[in-house]
Amino acid sequence: MATRIEVTGLTAYYGKFKAVSDVNLTIEPKNVTAFIGPSGCGKSTVLRTLNRMHEVLPGARVEGRVLLDGEDLYGAGMDPVNVRRTVGMVFQRPNPFPTMSIYENVIAGLKLNGIRKKALLDERVEESLRGANLWDEVKDRLNRPGAGLSGGQQQRLCIARAIAVEPQVLLMDEPCSALDPISTLAIEDLINKLKSSFTIVIVTHNMQQASRVSDATAFFSLEKTGDPGRLVEFDKTSKIFTNPSEKRTEDYVSGRFG
Amino acid sequence: MTTEPDSSAQSAEQRGAASATVPPTDGPDGDPTRGSTTGGPAPEPAALAPPPAAPAGKATIGKADVAFKNLTRAAGLGLLALIVAIALFLVLRATHALGQNDGNFLTTQEWFPNQDPPKFGVAALLFGTIVTAAIAMVIAVPVAVGIALFITVYAPRRLASPLGYIVDLLAAVPSVVYGLWGLLVLAPHMKGIQLWLSDYFGWIPLFRADSVGRSFFVAGVVLAIMILPIVAALSREVFLQVPTAHREAALALGATRWEMIRTAVLPYGKPGVISASMLGLGRAMGETIAVALVLPASFKISWNWLEPAGNTIAANVANGWGEANDIGRGALIASGLVLFIVTMIVNIIARAIVARRRDFSGSSA
Ligand SMILES: Nc1ncnc2c1ncn2[C@@H]1O[C@H](COP(=O)(O)OP(=O)(O)OP(=O)(O)O)[C@@H](O)[C@H]1O
Ligand SMILES: [Mg+2]
Repeated sequence: MATRIEVTGLTAYYGKFKAVSDVNLTIEPKNVTAFIGPSGCGKSTVLRTLNRMHEVLPGARVEGRVLLDGEDLYGAGMDPVNVRRTVGMVFQRPNPFPTMSIYENVIAGLKLNGIRKKALLDERVEESLRGANLWDEVKDRLNRPGAGLSGGQQQRLCIARAIAVEPQVLLMDEPCSALDPISTLAIEDLINKLKSSFTIVIVTHNMQQASRVSDATAFFSLEKTGDPGRLVEFDKTSKIFTNPSEKRTEDYVSGRFG
Repeated sequence: MTTEPDSSAQSAEQRGAASATVPPTDGPDGDPTRGSTTGGPAPEPAALAPPPAAPAGKATIGKADVAFKNLTRAAGLGLLALIVAIALFLVLRATHALGQNDGNFLTTQEWFPNQDPPKFGVAALLFGTIVTAAIAMVIAVPVAVGIALFITVYAPRRLASPLGYIVDLLAAVPSVVYGLWGLLVLAPHMKGIQLWLSDYFGWIPLFRADSVGRSFFVAGVVLAIMILPIVAALSREVFLQVPTAHREAALALGATRWEMIRTAVLPYGKPGVISASMLGLGRAMGETIAVALVLPASFKISWNWLEPAGNTIAANVANGWGEANDIGRGALIASGLVLFIVTMIVNIIARAIVARRRDFSGSSA
């Protein structure tokens, strides 16, 4: 169920602007990989290239290769729709569909896959909500609007929605930045639990969070504004935070820069 | 006129509901473009709370406040009184004519208010109004929503903004211009389509026709052309407001563009599209000249919508006002009030549809 991602020579553009240049890294299956780095260095951009969401923006394009278990996501004949069903995503701000109930939100992706049987849907809803540690809080109001939940609950609902389609990889772009410390901890617990079934990539600005939840960490940076962001160092999280090989990484994780 | 898309899109956002139409109460000259200004915002200024007592040192400000309050109150009450007076006048004229009526106003299909004794009824007119407006909606709303979706979702960006601009411009052209175009350019070519419909769908009673011509169908098509630009422009505005976050949420789940539209765009835009449609419906039902020129003004409830027959309330006012006597005008006013009531009922139903899932409206997020 989980998948290795190999990124080679990845360069991403917004129109003429080169946002990140020549990224190479390998994300291990059933691991949590954290992307850290100063604002604007291209963490979100790289993340969005991993499920072909980058090209959704007008003018945005990608060079290089992203191999998912050896298969090139950007190869000819690869349908981005299928890629996104395999590689799920959770966004920075919780974005449940406002017109749908909690139940409908969770099954939104399943319905796209053509699953209609009520019994199966019920089962998946409970499974996904339990998986997202939300079931006990919402089991009595599954037919209430998803937008009526608290921010933290909404974010967990979005995680439930993403894992309901059983992707192999889960991408999370600052999933806790809109949340209070308690909800943040709930999500971190959840990530620890989810990594037994998914390959997880998480973008975060929170060093403690990166060191708490991740197995490997990628540090991105950029020389000066206008330059493309680059991958500075990629290694085991314990190494990045205690004994990085790059001076810039050390400055950043110790708070002396950025 | 140019501000219209904005304000209604906003109302769709805030109130969710179809605030849409002040129906053209076809008053004395039955002019549809003027109708909508008469029923403007009435009593709000009068409901203004009295300002808090001014502290002693600020006497001048207090005075200005009082003066302003009195001014707005007078304006508000004046407007209210004017509206009540107009309504009273119309109702009196109508009831006077209805009192003389020899037939049942609601069920009679004839219209002879100028003879002695007068005999007239709104049944055939109301039927024609509803049928033509319904045909117009069935044609115009899907096409308008399609245009709006194409511009907001499918069209490449370089095409999308000029197209949106053009639609907005088209929506600002008075609808009677489209009506005349439909009448002069399109209607003459409708014969073929109507024959085709009656040949292939004649087994449906509505499409059965012994002869085709100036029918409900043609009137409906002309009305559809008239309301298409405004409904498309407002729908585009509504779809533009769908947050990127929701579209991306759908895409990230593996939705195709069409699935994204169904999951994120349409549900979010539904209240707004309904209110845009109500605006179009109000225009279609209140349209006078174009329909008066198409339909043969026969007072008959016809279920064969391709055959030349029928009339509508608004068209009948335009046709009949000139030669009507006192009773005749009263009768026309009475029919106008019926149109007003129907428009109101349709609006209430639309609001109810939107309100049913108010909790789920997009505005809460
Ligand atoms: N939609 C866009 N259009 C044009 N440029 C963009 C767009 N999104 C991002 N960029 C640019 O690409 C670069 C990388 O942005 P990105 O969002 O990936 O940074 P980030 O590392 O995620 O920053 P943050 O930590 O603030 O989220 C920035 O210079 C940014 O201005
Ligand atoms: Mg970012």
